[in-house]
Amino acid sequence: MDFFLMIIAAIFVNNILLIQYLGNCPFLGCSKETSTAIGMGGAVIFVTVMATTFTWLIQKFVLTPYGLEYLQTIIFIVVIAALVQFVELFLKKAMPPLYKALGIFLPLITTNCAVLGIAILCQRKEYGFIESLVYSFAAGFGFSFALVLMAGIRERLALVRMPKSLAGTSSGLVMAGLMALSFLAFKGMIS
Amino acid sequence: MITSSILLLFGLGLAAAVVLAVASKVFYVEEDPRIEAVSEVLPGANCGGCGFAGCDSYAAAVVTNPGVAPNCCVAGGGDTADKVAELTGKSAGASEPMISLRRCVKDEGKVAKKYEYQGVPSCAAAHMMGGADACQYSCLGFGDCMRACPFGAMSLDNGLVRIDPALCTGCGVCTRTCPRNILELIPVRARVMVFCSSEDKGKAVMAVCEAGCISCMMCVKKCPAKAISLKGGRIHIDHEKCLEFGPGCEMACVAACKKRKIMRARLAPGEQRQAA
Repeated sequence: MDFFLMIIAAIFVNNILLIQYLGNCPFLGCSKETSTAIGMGGAVIFVTVMATTFTWLIQKFVLTPYGLEYLQTIIFIVVIAALVQFVELFLKKAMPPLYKALGIFLPLITTNCAVLGIAILCQRKEYGFIESLVYSFAAGFGFSFALVLMAGIRERLALVRMPKSLAGTSSGLVMAGLMALSFLAFKGMIS
Repeated sequence: MITSSILLLFGLGLAAAVVLAVASKVFYVEEDPRIEAVSEVLPGANCGGCGFAGCDSYAAAVVTNPGVAPNCCVAGGGDTADKVAELTGKSAGASEPMISLRRCVKDEGKVAKKYEYQGVPSCAAAHMMGGADACQYSCLGFGDCMRACPFGAMSLDNGLVRIDPALCTGCGVCTRTCPRNILELIPVRARVMVFCSSEDKGKAVMAVCEAGCISCMMCVKKCPAKAISLKGGRIHIDHEKCLEFGPGCEMACVAACKKRKIMRARLAPGEQRQAA
């Protein structure tokens, strides 16, 4: 039951994107079409889970025993960067249309604070290995969930008449704010 | 402390490098070497005149797609078309060299200023406020086009933009930058030009400008090649038809434009315009 609560909390109550406000770049850049958003979400989930796994192992078996905790940030970033490069190579070969659709946002997952944030959060909350895996998957899923929701809304917004100054990214930002407000309603769900 | 951190980072970096090197071999994607060769011969200005999103995009398209012509690069001209044709094995037809034209002579028309503009010195910004000139279709003269030109062919002179015909390659970036659509691409061989972009008629034009086109349609009627028409309030010349008909028309349109003299013959390089 603990895991169930953790998953619900990670996806809704403490949504990494809408409540904790990490990882806005692909939120506004990859959310114009639902198919692209799903692809991006999948890539983020994969990178998050793998990154959390490797960083947790490195923290447990290398950083803490040798007193090298101060290297946490840089080591985590190196791991995430390598993983993202790997994902890029894989996507270019296996799914070229998705690779083209994601474009510049794929390497931007490296600097996406959501990925680093989830890895560090697992350390802060002192989760065990399995808990870290579950939390990272749930948080990544929460990110993708918010991303796909946004894409769906923006797809429909694109068909509506709007004042020129609000069209495009401006309306996206307004929508992001409104979505964050609506997700705040989940706050009281788990005390 | 220091040695262990150096060792750790070095080890991690090495491990990552090895994994990525292996992955790049496993996930290797074949790319046609001709694409890179074509990229080399293109000007590399990424002006978009070919209709593709940059030079690399055009290189990929012309190599992989049999339907894409090798002479799309307007900026590169005939030389580039020949080289691309050689690399792709396609035949290059002749592409008409184009040049940009500013359809406004507000200095001759003595267009008055409505107010003193002190905002952002950009045509796009001034146009949003309606522009400081009495005419809504005049050249604003803040040089957005000049800064957009990838070949440095434009300069500002007395509140109007001036195009250097020697440097202009007809790529069309300026025409897309101008918020009032005053810049137009015409063939270098064009015989006549209309120097006005006003979409107003008659009295409305005469009230703001002494030189502007009043849309009297005399040129439309007199042209024996039927190459002139009024489109969207502006005079539009079909230069292909005009050039096909040839000098036999004796510049009927220029003669017909008696009241305003805004339809003018194209000057040869170096020729000065005679006072009307």
